[in-house]
Amino acid sequence: MKTVSRLLAAAAAVMLVAAPAALGAGKYRSPEQHAWSFDGPFGEFDRQAVQRGFQVYQEVCAACHGIKHLSIRHLGQPGGPFEEVEINGQLMRYDNPNDNPVVAAIAAQYTVADIDDIGEPIERPGRPADRFPYPYANEAQGRAANGGAYPPDLSVIVKARHYGANYIRSLLLGYDEEAPEDVDVRPGNYYNPYMPGMLIAMPPQLQEGMIEYADGTEATVEQMANDVTHFLAWAADPHMEARKSMGMMVMIYLFGLAILLYLSYRQVWSRVKH
Amino acid sequence: MSGPSTYEPKTAFTRWLDSRLPIVRLGWDSFVDFPTPRNLNYWYTFGGILTVCLMIQIITGIVLAMHYVPHIDYAFASVERIDRDVNFGWLIRSIHAVGASMFFLAVYMHIFRGLYYGSYKAPREILWILGVVIYLLMMAAAFLGYVLPWGQMSFWGAMVITNLFGALPLIGEPLTQWLWGGFSVGNETLNRFFSLHYLIPFLIAGVVGLHIWALHVPGNNNPTGISVKTKADTLPFHPYYTVKDGFAIVVFLIIFAGFVFYAPDVLGHADNYIEADPMVTPAMIVPEWYLLPFYAILRAVPDKLGGVILMFAAIGVLFILPWLDTSKVRSMRYRPMARWFFAFFVVACLGLGWAGAELPDTKVPVLGALGVDFLLMGRVLTVYYFAYFLVIMPLLGFIEKPTARPASIEEAVLNGDKPAKAGPGAAPAAQPAE
Repeated sequence: MKTVSRLLAAAAAVMLVAAPAALGAGKYRSPEQHAWSFDGPFGEFDRQAVQRGFQVYQEVCAACHGIKHLSIRHLGQPGGPFEEVEINGQLMRYDNPNDNPVVAAIAAQYTVADIDDIGEPIERPGRPADRFPYPYANEAQGRAANGGAYPPDLSVIVKARHYGANYIRSLLLGYDEEAPEDVDVRPGNYYNPYMPGMLIAMPPQLQEGMIEYADGTEATVEQMANDVTHFLAWAADPHMEARKSMGMMVMIYLFGLAILLYLSYRQVWSRVKH
Repeated sequence: MSGPSTYEPKTAFTRWLDSRLPIVRLGWDSFVDFPTPRNLNYWYTFGGILTVCLMIQIITGIVLAMHYVPHIDYAFASVERIDRDVNFGWLIRSIHAVGASMFFLAVYMHIFRGLYYGSYKAPREILWILGVVIYLLMMAAAFLGYVLPWGQMSFWGAMVITNLFGALPLIGEPLTQWLWGGFSVGNETLNRFFSLHYLIPFLIAGVVGLHIWALHVPGNNNPTGISVKTKADTLPFHPYYTVKDGFAIVVFLIIFAGFVFYAPDVLGHADNYIEADPMVTPAMIVPEWYLLPFYAILRAVPDKLGGVILMFAAIGVLFILPWLDTSKVRSMRYRPMARWFFAFFVVACLGLGWAGAELPDTKVPVLGALGVDFLLMGRVLTVYYFAYFLVIMPLLGFIEKPTARPASIEEAVLNGDKPAKAGPGAAPAAQPAE
């Protein structure tokens, strides 16, 4: 079995090395690697970046892209960008995100369709428990407003694309190249080497200084792309920090248990020749 | 169970119970005093690991079913709600999704172990066949479960697999529509898939019961393949194998937890986070990794019906393996030729998996320079897959000269678990292992 095991290990190693190379092949470009604070087993979201990214989303993306799986209260839940907020110079935490005044103020910016006590359709200011209002009544309206293309929902976009956050960031920054000769860019399309097919219906969105960050950060195109991607990474995986920290405890426990069981195994089997 | 029972009820209550329902005796004889060959290695721990996998899937699945909505308009959103709002929903769903992959990882180890040590041979044919039935049921459960989140791969995977039945002559179309409950994959399909996905694990649990029953009649095979002859060849299952299995299970759980907590989506496909859209076909429709080898076999045949038949034959051939292998020796430890064919068989299965993951006309790295694409690679490996069972296994029994085997398990253990040198006590090579 030893020779066989070795042969198999070698075969597996060859495949592990070869598979990504094969995946990377293709016409469009692999995204640029960016160092994210949420990378790795101890990585966490940068709250400031997620807050800024939410601002970019609100002011730039939200006109066309919904985040229908998120409620406004999610912004204030543990691990969310407004979990801790400064109120009158004091850092405050709210166990129930519905009580969070910053989240409540964000919710109040939205107008939400509802039904009143006598069954009449009304519009009222949003509450933290509401979903983020979706930009379109239906898909046909979305297509009609965007030259036939339907802007995808962004709730899980980072998980729904190969290379995740790096892909989103590269795509947002990938507009400044001339299309090569062999790519036919028709009206209503834009050349973007990171998009599968290299043609995208979304025009370039981010322009230097187009928004004024609440925290005074300079709104360069790259800064905005980084921040909004950071926000979308949180939106796709809001419990990432809880997951990783629980994982650490589980690993410590399992390693301890494995050591104890191994010692028990040695002890039990020391009685017999094997 | 093999041998007389050694259980002695000690209290008045257990004596009373034992004469009415000897369930404690059954447990004692099966998992405490059960005589187990003393030379089982870590490849034999996957049975216990698989039991744990099945229990994890059933428990997490029951909780998920409390929150999941089997409707095409709400399924995707309900899965998102599980991930975001259900208390520890992200954890339970991650365990269930990763658990499916870990279940298959373990079952492949278990099957390859059985192939290497000849665990399918007499008197364990029924045991082996029940195992293949479990494997088939697992594939059905995994496929049905993958459809439930109603992402793009869910929908298009369901479309591809159900359409396979359309290849059958005459009954193809009505059969496919009967499976769908309509004229396409739709809400009725999702509903019945959910129902069946909940049913199959309990069928698996039932067949696992038979599998363990069939194991406990002849007892375990072992790395030498030599049958147990005396009590000195065995050890009681508890504590020797409970502690060894326990250690292996925890090591397995460490790998499991590594995926659950640090890479919950790496074994899945990104497209399944896009809600199902019957109007948009994904650039590439691929099944989960554990079904890829069969996908490659399906695609190796230019004819659709032929591909479907060959794919089912790839599993069907496992049912008759006990009668295809003509060698008198169980364990490949003493079969110098078979072990190499086996090693290439494992490589072929991995290669088929790789071919299944790629577009057929993509060139294979390195070999691509010689004009080898994944379609050709899949075809060559498919031929080897079937040749292994239908040609090599039947012929080797006549051609191969097995090496010398120890006379007993005890002797193998005392010789340091190595093939015994020819000499006093060693069985002549030509003599059957039994």
